[in-house]
Amino acid sequence: MLRSILERFKPGKGAVISVPYLWLLVFFLVPFLIVLKISFADQDLAIPPFTHLLKYDGDMSTLNIALNLSNFLFIFTNELYLDTYVSSLEVALFTTLACLLIGYPIAYAIARANPAIRNVLLMLVMLPFWTSFLLRVYAWMGLLQPNGIINNLLMSMGLISQPLEMFHNQFSLYLVMVYAYLPFMILPLYAHLVKMDVTLLEAANDLGARPFKTFWTITLPLSKNGIIAGSMMVFIPAVGEFVIPELVGGPDVLMIGKVLWNEFFDNNNWPMASAVATIMVLFLIVPIALFHRYETRQLEGKNV
Amino acid sequence: MMDAVAQPKTAAGAQVDEKPYLQIAGIVKKFGDHFAVDHVDLTIRRHEIFALLGSSGCGKSTLLRMLAGMERPTAGKIILDGQDITALAPYDRPINMMFQSYALFPHMTVEQNIAFGLKQDRLPKDQIAARVTEMLDLVQLRKFASRKPYQLSGGQQQRVALARSLAKRPKLLLLDEPLGALDKKLRQQTQLELVNTLETVGVTCIMVTHDQEEAMTMASRIGIMSEGRLLQVGTPTEIYDFPNCRFTAEFIGETNIFGGQVVVDEPHCVEIESAELGGRIQIDHGITGPKGMQVWASIRPEDVRLDRGEFTPAPNAARGKIEDIAYLGSYSIYHVRLPSGKVVKSVVPSSRWYEAGEEPPTWGESVNIRWRPDLPVVLTM
Amino acid sequence: MYNGNPLPKTLKGVLLLGFLFLYVPIVSLIIYSFNASKLVTVWGGFSTRWYVSLIQNDQIISAVTLSIKIALASATAAVVLGTIAGFVLARFGRFRGSTLFAGMMTAPMVMPEVITGLSMLLLFISMQQFFGQPSERGFFTIWAGHTTLCMAYVAVVVRSRLIEIDKSLEEAAMDLGARPMKIFFLITLPLVSQAIASGFLLSITLSLDDLVTTSFLSGPGATTLPMVIFSKVRLGLNPEINALAAITVLLVGIFVLVANYLMLSAQRNRMRAMAAAMRENDAPAPPGNGAGGAVATAP
Repeated sequence: MLRSILERFKPGKGAVISVPYLWLLVFFLVPFLIVLKISFADQDLAIPPFTHLLKYDGDMSTLNIALNLSNFLFIFTNELYLDTYVSSLEVALFTTLACLLIGYPIAYAIARANPAIRNVLLMLVMLPFWTSFLLRVYAWMGLLQPNGIINNLLMSMGLISQPLEMFHNQFSLYLVMVYAYLPFMILPLYAHLVKMDVTLLEAANDLGARPFKTFWTITLPLSKNGIIAGSMMVFIPAVGEFVIPELVGGPDVLMIGKVLWNEFFDNNNWPMASAVATIMVLFLIVPIALFHRYETRQLEGKNV
Repeated sequence: MMDAVAQPKTAAGAQVDEKPYLQIAGIVKKFGDHFAVDHVDLTIRRHEIFALLGSSGCGKSTLLRMLAGMERPTAGKIILDGQDITALAPYDRPINMMFQSYALFPHMTVEQNIAFGLKQDRLPKDQIAARVTEMLDLVQLRKFASRKPYQLSGGQQQRVALARSLAKRPKLLLLDEPLGALDKKLRQQTQLELVNTLETVGVTCIMVTHDQEEAMTMASRIGIMSEGRLLQVGTPTEIYDFPNCRFTAEFIGETNIFGGQVVVDEPHCVEIESAELGGRIQIDHGITGPKGMQVWASIRPEDVRLDRGEFTPAPNAARGKIEDIAYLGSYSIYHVRLPSGKVVKSVVPSSRWYEAGEEPPTWGESVNIRWRPDLPVVLTM
Repeated sequence: MYNGNPLPKTLKGVLLLGFLFLYVPIVSLIIYSFNASKLVTVWGGFSTRWYVSLIQNDQIISAVTLSIKIALASATAAVVLGTIAGFVLARFGRFRGSTLFAGMMTAPMVMPEVITGLSMLLLFISMQQFFGQPSERGFFTIWAGHTTLCMAYVAVVVRSRLIEIDKSLEEAAMDLGARPMKIFFLITLPLVSQAIASGFLLSITLSLDDLVTTSFLSGPGATTLPMVIFSKVRLGLNPEINALAAITVLLVGIFVLVANYLMLSAQRNRMRAMAAAMRENDAPAPPGNGAGGAVATAP
């Protein structure tokens, strides 16, 4: 009889779950399987521009499966693709580290501030995040160009005689990447730090730890979940970033997001774009799992 | 295991029906391999105020939540007023609960909170209004009808929660740590207020508490729970004077417990050889148990007499050194260490020394302890 | 974390530098939007001519209209789906496939957009091959893409609010005779309304701002504002875009300020009422009382 009670709740529960579940299956998971499928196809002059994996030959009554591995072989044998993957991971890694180094002190300072002004400070961090990402990237174009605002200013002050080269190179790429992704680092860190029990720090001080030691042995380890969540929130999208390398990165900047975009939009090579995406997902599965784990922990308020 | 048919003696002498009203039979709740509630049987009578008493994690809250329908029992039955409610969903049970956190809906006014349950029953509007007014009067909050919960003090919130859970005239009212969220001073005053209200309404009530004082003051009967089991059920007096096991004896009030073996077993006299006491404990009534059986004797500190004088070895007496004295104004608690290492507590009224014209004993002094043979309670478990 | 002491000088300096970094580009953008010169970065006197030409630019105006339509539609859908998803994540515990569900809920937030964009496009192409629908790419496909992206954010916001809410509020409603559906609409939904509102606003922003996914999913005739901006700034600086940026910052700034002010004053009024209730009764408040405290800590 007990089982019948439990089951009475199920149909309603199942219906509730199924609405978002089905949506995500159809619009998020299934698309990945299609990408995987098409990465094994060949480019074709047709609409859509790729070959089918399954072909039924009526005359011979055979079903032919054509798995085209050339896209993957090409990626793994072509140094340019491999270099691009490595350089994308590198750019994402250094961007993440820079965001952490800049974002942690800011998040820490806001968390330590008087609650009365904390809201205002947090709002100031959020405000750029609420305005357009694209326009924020665009703003740096005006600042960094050879005849841009910074160079004009420095030259008119007589500090430099020739414009500094800070546009369309590694410098501008990193600068704008850090700028654009900084709020994504600050917010999870702040959310974590602000909940931290201040008596823990006082206890450490009371037991003889100096401020830096307290920070290093108490604050930092306790904000681990926030650090990991924030870092993944920067790292994962940064690997596949397209807009920033396209607008402020130079010709020497290799980013896989840009390669994927070009394969798709410029070369119309959908199977190649799919293969590039498939390999990128493989690289990102572990970071995404990490992000998922720590974000969940943070939400549930667990510290360790 | 327990004394479920003892004569009821309610605190306020309200008439209590003899027929069983609520029957809990063989209730089990397992979380994984852990028994949160372990085969509990309990019978409650109509109009009774029953308290489940135990420390946190003893299973009392789980039992309460099974009565409310929030948890499904793994096994067992719950029968209320002749109806098997074990399988009923919470919203179909004629039972209401007052939550420990009060769980007042923060987006509704006091009035709307009280009317919520009545609206679920689709009562006519005028009836709802009348009942809400009645409830507001009952808890004296008429002035506050249109306030939101956050505009009330803790005590007022508690009264709104009570009114809300009484509004549907439930067959059974459940109180989960009813005064747990109030501070100590307010709690004592509210205890009596709450009992008065409950008796005015005449509702049958089960409360859960970890505070023995609260249980003793408010309840007509108490059930002691530990590790998922119901150890003893009885009136406050029964439980204090005749605990049936060491756990109850130590949980309710303070006591001294001596382990030992039965060496003399006669109809009107039992003697227990106790190494802890370093002598025999004599009891002036028989017990049911063979000679040589392991038993425990419980003696309340207020029954342990303290004096100086010469020590002559005798049953129910020992000599030891005062190790600690807690002076509490009208009385003091002496901790006396016996040669066996056992520490015995004795409560001595401050007037005792004054009347005898003596100085009170101090730390390190050797004293005699003794008690009357009619006072120890013999426990077999 | 606040310990009653004012911020040390070093931390104040950190904040100052941090905010300079965040705001200098935005401020410069606004200043140069009033530049008369067509050379965006060379000052040629004050002028509002780029604002005028912006308003007269039909391409931009129609892109703005489309973007707003898509944003409203996808934010609405995202709020419905995301609220249900957040509720499922916070209240249903484990069920068959719950790990996959939770994973699919978080992944869209971080997944590089080139991947989500490409994969959803290929889905729609396949659907068209097999079912003949959607017949072309445009409003619907962009809407579906944005909804998927935004619902994850709504779910996170709603879920974290639900975790804070005392579960016994819902239990109390059930105890008083309300069935699960009714509890959801009478108790749960009102309690998370603030979270839903901020999820809605977040979705609007994300949708209005999205370039990459949109580019994959849009078809002929469906050009959103970010697509127009991107096609222009790809060619270099453009004074009209400066004007557009200034207007965006202004609108967002005013909105955030007003919302923040309203929230703070509501909170202050609440605190005052609580204090008054305590004084009136001359009884101290119960510490950590779930019912009253829950709403005061709303995000």
